[in-house]
Amino acid sequence: MSAVGTLTPETARPSDGLLRRIGTVFYRRPVLALIALLLPTLLWIGVIYLGSLSALLVQSFFYLDGFSGRVIREFTLRTYGELLLQQNIDIFVRTIGMAAAVTFVSGLLAFPLAYYMARFASERMRALLYLGVMVPLWSSYLVRIYAWKLILAQEGIVVWLANLLGLQGALDWLLALPGIGGPSLSFSYIGVFVVFVYIWMPYMILPIHAALERVPRSVIEASADLGGRPGYTFRRVILPLAFPGVVAGSIFTFSLTLGDYIIPGVFGNSSYFIGQAVFVQQGTAGNIPLAAALTVVPVVVMGVYLLFARRLGAFDAI
Amino acid sequence: MNGVPAVRLAQVSRHFGAVKAVDAVSLDVADGEFFSMLGPSGSGKTTCLRLIAGFERPTTGQILLHGRDVSATPPYDRDVNTVFQDYALFPHMTVGENIAYGLMIRKVPKREREQRVGEMLTLVRLPDIEGRKPAQLSGGQRQRVALARALINRPSLLLLDEPLGALDLKLRQQMQVELKTIQKQVGITFIFVTHDQEEALTMSDRIAVFNLGRIEQVGTPADVYERPTTAFVAGFVGTSNMLAPSAARPIAGHDAPLSIRPEKIRIVDADAPIPPDCQGAVGVVRDVMYLGMYTRYLVTLDTDRTVDLAVVQQNLDTSSADVQRVKGQRVGLIWRRDDARILRTDLDRSGVP
Repeated sequence: MSAVGTLTPETARPSDGLLRRIGTVFYRRPVLALIALLLPTLLWIGVIYLGSLSALLVQSFFYLDGFSGRVIREFTLRTYGELLLQQNIDIFVRTIGMAAAVTFVSGLLAFPLAYYMARFASERMRALLYLGVMVPLWSSYLVRIYAWKLILAQEGIVVWLANLLGLQGALDWLLALPGIGGPSLSFSYIGVFVVFVYIWMPYMILPIHAALERVPRSVIEASADLGGRPGYTFRRVILPLAFPGVVAGSIFTFSLTLGDYIIPGVFGNSSYFIGQAVFVQQGTAGNIPLAAALTVVPVVVMGVYLLFARRLGAFDAI
Repeated sequence: MNGVPAVRLAQVSRHFGAVKAVDAVSLDVADGEFFSMLGPSGSGKTTCLRLIAGFERPTTGQILLHGRDVSATPPYDRDVNTVFQDYALFPHMTVGENIAYGLMIRKVPKREREQRVGEMLTLVRLPDIEGRKPAQLSGGQRQRVALARALINRPSLLLLDEPLGALDLKLRQQMQVELKTIQKQVGITFIFVTHDQEEALTMSDRIAVFNLGRIEQVGTPADVYERPTTAFVAGFVGTSNMLAPSAARPIAGHDAPLSIRPEKIRIVDADAPIPPDCQGAVGVVRDVMYLGMYTRYLVTLDTDRTVDLAVVQQNLDTSSADVQRVKGQRVGLIWRRDDARILRTDLDRSGVP
């Protein structure tokens, strides 16, 4: 070993390598560290995600020439005009109505469970319920949908159970309802609705549970202490404090329902939802501009929905 | 005490599984009293408060408020309000809405509500913050808002769960005086939970000292301090010299444990006579600590060299150098017979703290 090496033993340390030097640079200039950390994400969001989104937006201002079947790359609002055709308006009403119904019922069903998990369940019970909510998310979406196809089929367990309980009449009456009925549960909007609620339920339970867990027990006790009966406490204290969670959950269920094209395809009749219409336009019809314009609709709807939620004070507590 | 007590606990227990958080506690609190529950954490004082508020239900026993059995009454039907340790203000409401909450529930008309909120804000000396949210307030301000929110309902009983615990020393001392003043002004019974013995001594009419789910002693601050009945009370409220029976025998001539407060002992010459109403001992000064206002001596007794008596003397005309000179000298210690308190042993489950 050279004399210099023995005089400055620090240079001989194995850790004094490239990594350490990079570490020192980042320590001296935290901005560089920040850039290094954020760059991959920014590239992903900025180029791939926002880039394709704007490509989509641009496409929606082109139009398809009906005779040649070619996309004419000229700026026009013609495609948006097509959205206003009655058949398309029907699709929007159908999809948004379904999304609203699914969101509302999911919230109604999710809240009590989330409340129980957050406030009363023992540690063990909470873990079990958590698993129960999460495990379905780990298995294939398609498998679960086709499982429901069997459950709701004419020969399935629901019909069998209804027959057993003598509820055949009720089931027939339900399926005979105009608009939402159909030949069987597995070919009706009732079926679509049931499966949507099932599939998106975890996305409603988890944010509500997270919000309820942050409500301190003492605040609920304080309301009771000041004379608030359970119902009053729920309306004036628990619900307002859990509201951001409800809104977060509803954003999931609402937007996921708006965009889904598989469940209505498997369970619905020949009337399209937005997702199906997009799928058909960009595929068999080859009408990319119309598919793009149709895709813009859920984006706009969600924008309006968020503005409305903000007006209700959903984000005040965040 | 006369008339029906504001609160009566009759053999109240609250068990959580195998843990006896409150163990057969009986207690009367008189109307208009400032009553403190003092004890270390886990002694059952907060559970006791929660039982009175109705957040917990007793496993056995009865709770009476003004003679009425409320053991099965939910909190919203009890004429009791609470100031919570973490204040528990509603974060989504303004200060004004927080304070008016109880009046809203009782459907008090808007004008009266506003007037009473104004009165309360004056009482707790917080004008002009009605429109703010709790997050915008300091700890001391939140504490006052919590107090106003509870008092506006004019409850017959106010429960305070360590409300000053989160405040710094100066603010705490100021709030101690204010709380006491407010209590006199509104004339409501206060039950105050604290682990701070000085706070309890300063503010209370009476104190209950809790240990391991039971009350060890109830009395005025002077009772509890001057005449502790158990080793736990003597050790938790202030500091004390605790003499085991073997150490007490040559000094007091009996076989019972003794407690003697350090400031009750006087240092005299080793051969000084012991007056008839006094007791005394002789020992060697082992250590001297000069503490400014007073000096603390540790004296090893001749009769039992394993025992050091702590003695505290006010520094009337001594200097820090003077007091050190006593170190290593043989001295006499005397105290009044009344100040050597015989401790009960039947309650003594925890030993000397």
